[in-house]
Parts: sequence; structure tokens; C-alpha cells
Amino acid sequence: MNPLVTLRIALLSLGANKLRSGLTLLGIVIGVSAVISLMAIGQGVQQSITSRIESLGTNLLFVQPGESVQQGGLGGGAGSAATLTLEDAYALVDPVFAPAVKAVAPEIRANGQVEAGRNNTFAQVIGVTPEYSEVRNAPLEEGDFISQGHLNNYSQVAVLGETIKDTLFGNRNSLGQPIRINGRQFEVIGILESKGGGFFGSQDSQILVPITTAYYRVSSQRTTHGEIGVDSINVQMPDIGAMDEGMTQVATVLRLRHRITGEDDFIITNQQDTIETLEETTNTFVLFLGAIAGISLLVGGIGIMNIMLVSVTERTREIGIRKAMGAKRRDILVQFMSEATLLSLGGGAVGVLAGASVARLLNGRPLLGNSPMETAFSWDIALLALGVSAVIGLFFGIYPAMRAASLHPIEALRYE
Amino acid sequence: MQPATIELKEVSKIYRIGHIEVGAMRDVSVSIQSGEMVAIMGASGSGKSTMMNILGCLDVPTSGEYFLEGENVGRLGDDRLAEIRNRKIGFVFQTYNLLPRLTALANVELPLLYGNGHDRRRRAMQALSRVGLADRTTHRPTELSGGQQQRVGIARALVKEPSIMLADEPTGNLDSQSTEEVMAILKDLNRREGLTVIIVTHEPDIAAATRRVITMLDGRVVDDREQT
Repeated sequence: MNPLVTLRIALLSLGANKLRSGLTLLGIVIGVSAVISLMAIGQGVQQSITSRIESLGTNLLFVQPGESVQQGGLGGGAGSAATLTLEDAYALVDPVFAPAVKAVAPEIRANGQVEAGRNNTFAQVIGVTPEYSEVRNAPLEEGDFISQGHLNNYSQVAVLGETIKDTLFGNRNSLGQPIRINGRQFEVIGILESKGGGFFGSQDSQILVPITTAYYRVSSQRTTHGEIGVDSINVQMPDIGAMDEGMTQVATVLRLRHRITGEDDFIITNQQDTIETLEETTNTFVLFLGAIAGISLLVGGIGIMNIMLVSVTERTREIGIRKAMGAKRRDILVQFMSEATLLSLGGGAVGVLAGASVARLLNGRPLLGNSPMETAFSWDIALLALGVSAVIGLFFGIYPAMRAASLHPIEALRYE
Repeated sequence: MQPATIELKEVSKIYRIGHIEVGAMRDVSVSIQSGEMVAIMGASGSGKSTMMNILGCLDVPTSGEYFLEGENVGRLGDDRLAEIRNRKIGFVFQTYNLLPRLTALANVELPLLYGNGHDRRRRAMQALSRVGLADRTTHRPTELSGGQQQRVGIARALVKEPSIMLADEPTGNLDSQSTEEVMAILKDLNRREGLTVIIVTHEPDIAAATRRVITMLDGRVVDDREQT
């Protein structure tokens, strides 16, 4: 039989039962549009995470203290040893030993109870140096950043993230106002530009103070030798190309300073590694979403099979007539398979359109939290979904079609 | 003498129901020449339906041989049988068996969809005019009277220009006037175009219109006579 005739017969049969065909189609439409829209959301989230990390600068290295090794005791995990100092940080800006390093920004992290008037909140307090603003790409909304003078004088001044400022002061002016961090009075000198919610503690809910002040007035950690210990050092390279070179140089300088012959007591990671790790994680997340949507597609496929089985039973007599007129097994098989495939492909096409529209509608709207969500519709996924729905039609259509094709003409003709 | 169109040699058809064997046809030997018009008569259960299924290549004999235009079709597979039904046999059913969703014309085109089917529309039109329904092409079966539906059925059986036409109680559901019309068409096809027509019936009136009557009882041919 020629394909055009087959198609016409299939359309005619499906058209004879419009409501039923429509509902069966709907099952596939829902499945495919769920796959498309969830994948679009997943990929959008992935892209926005990646771009947010990249906005911090891809030319950054992070140096953290290594695992503390204690004889006979338990290891404390990465970052637990207090081996990095402020001196180490400044030593990295060395034109001789580390020419690839452009700037460093050491930091100390602590948590604190912050109060202003009757408002209070719990915030991450970060001790930083003046370079932090540029290295970590944290520009000011208003006021001034922490200066070298503040560091030298252990000044009790603070730069607030947007969210903290809102919590403590609302719409009121905060510059020059006093706040209390763990009971000590600080003066607000600047407000950071809002960056939107991050996934690992937003920059908007941080308080920056001079690193020396943080060390002596806020943090409780102390090094054994009286130097200022830091929790991590952000190292900036001029560009991404200098990353590997920079990594080697930083390691060399630190090994020399720490007189290391064996195991390093620090860990260097770079932004790219972080992105890759995160991408792996979010890939799993996207796949997971896809798998859930895939289940609904499977259910749609079972719907097709169900309705095809009903159809075969109802049309037993028709099958008998066609066989008496000379239809071979293959003719009947092809006829029912093409009906199933038409249902699933039609559903797939509508589903792609619906999914793409949902993705478009959601694009730029806040869904989780308050940051706008981006969606990324991709043709790959659309084509894949179409392909999968065609395969589903074939897969779930084959059993009913084989049942139809193997009917004996006499029994089929006698069927009431 | 030209070879017989249909040659049944000691054909038996035995159905097995559990452990019991039922002989629906026992050692039936019949030969039918091209251009004959034959009635197969018998009460229900006499084996005439089984005979019809075997003659129509819808079923194969358990034993014995069936030559259709010299070809032994008793041992063929399903697909070859379908091909032979398509090329050589036109079926007319008691309940017409038209597809309700299709127009008269599309119903007549049906056999042309399988096997070689060039020029479908024209050939279907021609078959419809031969049964006098050229003006009913776009009607669906439900919009036609019983007699008209059966004429569409005859047109469908004709469209492939088969060697034999098998009509199973073709007038069983028709009033007397439609019965006459349908019988007239069958006779006309037999006389004017030399089509071999085999009618299965239990009505003596219908059998009387043919030239030869084969009577069956309990799966055997008990009488086979030419009428004057």
C-alpha cells in the first residue's frame, strides 16, 4: 500500500473517534510538554548558576588551608587548619616568584549577631582588605569601601550587603549609622550593589569589615605564632590563560614560606573547577527533571496502547473485511502502527509547541525565591522529544497492531 | 474441455474442539467450470459455510486438494492466500460488510488498496455503474437501502475482475424486490460476462435461479444436479 493511502486511512480512523483520539493525544502532549518545559527550566537554572559564578570572575584562584593533620587524632577536614596568614596572602603579590598574580584578597569568615536600633539579624561577617571589592567583583552602591587606613587602625567600620541593609534600616539612610556586631559597635560606611540571590549564601546578606578588625574583634581563631590567620585567599590573574601558571606559582610561594617538603597544608581551587563540579551537579538535576517528565510520557504511551487495543477489538469486523479483500498481515500491521505513531507524533508536535510556550512564559519570571528564572528552550531537546514520542508510538503500537494482524479472517468476519 | 476453474479433490475440514473432532466437510469432490452459476444448498450445520470459506481461500482444508485455476491453493500460507483472495475472488456477504465510515465509492475501492491498485477511482466508478449506482458514489452505507448496500457489495466484489464470485446468502437480509434486483445483477454478470458465480443459500427460490445446485448434508455432497 502506498504511504499516502496509509496515512489517509489512519487519519480517517482517528477522525472517526475525535474525542477519544484527542484524549489519547493529550496524554502525549502533557508528557512531551513536561519534558520540554522542565528541561528548559533546568537548563536555564544551570546557565544562570554558571553565569553567576562567572560574574565573580573566571580568573580567580582560591587558596584555603588544607586538612589539619593531627598525630593519632581525627582529621578536621578541608579548611580546618589555621595555616594561612595575612603575610602569606601579601607574599603572593610577588613580581619575582609569582609574576602571574595580579592581586590578592584574603578573607576571614565569621558569623555574628547584627543589631541596629531594635532590628537585628544573623549575618556572615567577612573580614576583607581594600582589594576585595575589585577581586571579588563587589562594587559599591553608595558610600566608601574599606581602606588601608581602616586596616591599620582596626577601625570598627562595616560595608553592608543590600539585604542586610534592608533588614536593619529599611528605607532609612544607613550611611554613618551605628550597628552592633556581636555586641561591638561599628559604623556603616558603605552599601554593596545588589547581585541577586546566589545559591551558596548571597553576597547581599554579608557584612564586610576590615580584616584586622575581624581577626581581633570578631573571629575567635588565633594562630600560634601571633600572625593574622585567614580563612581563604582569593588570587586574581590577569586573564584565564594565566590560570595554570598562576596556580603553580602560588603553590611554589606557599611551599617555600611554609617550608613544605611533603604534603601541602593548603588547597588551591579555581573557578573553572567549581563550575565544572556544579555543572555535574546541575546536570544530574536536569536529568532528574527530565526523567520525571519522561515518566508522564511513558504513561501517555500506555494510554496509546490501551486505546489501540480497544480500537482493534472494536474494529475486528473491519479487519476481517479487509483481510477478505486481500489485505495481508503486513497491511493490517502497518495500518494500526501508523495510527499509533500518528497519535504519538501528533501529540509530540503539539507538546513541543506547548512546552516551548510554557518555557517562554516562565522566562524572566520569579519562581523560586525572588530572582528571575531564565529558561533555555533548545531544539535538540525538542527533536529528541519528537523522536522519543515517535518511538513510543511504535513501541506501544506494535502489540495491538500485531494482535490485529494475526486475527483469522473467518473469526474476524463473524465477530459481532 | 477447458480445465475447471474450481477443482476440489476429496477435501475434508476437521475442527478439533477439545478432544472431539468435528468433520465440517468430509471427502468433498466437486469441480466447477468457468462461467457456471452454482448454488450450494443445505441446512445450517451442513458444511456449506465451511465449503464457502475453503472455496474463498479464507481457510485451508485439513486434507485433500483444492485447485483454483490450476493452482493448488490448499497448502499456501496466509499472505499467499490473501493475494489470491485479492486477485481471484470477489466476496458478497449476507450482511453486506461495508465499512460504515467510507462512502460507497471508497468501499468499492477497498480491494484495490491491496495488491496492484492503479487507477482506483476510475475502476471503482465503473464497477458502481455496472450495478446501477453511479449516482450514489458519495453516499455512506447508512444512507443507502439494503438492496443498494448489497449492490455496493457486488460492485466491490467485481472491481478486481475476479475469476469467481462467492455470494454467501446474498439476499438473506433483503425484501423481495431487492432480492430480485440483486439476483438479476448476479445472473446478468454470469450470462453477459461469463463470471463464475457461486451462491450459498438455504432458500430454494434462490437456488432455482441457478443452473446447477449442489446440496450438502453433514459435511458431504448428497446431491449435485443440473437444472433444466
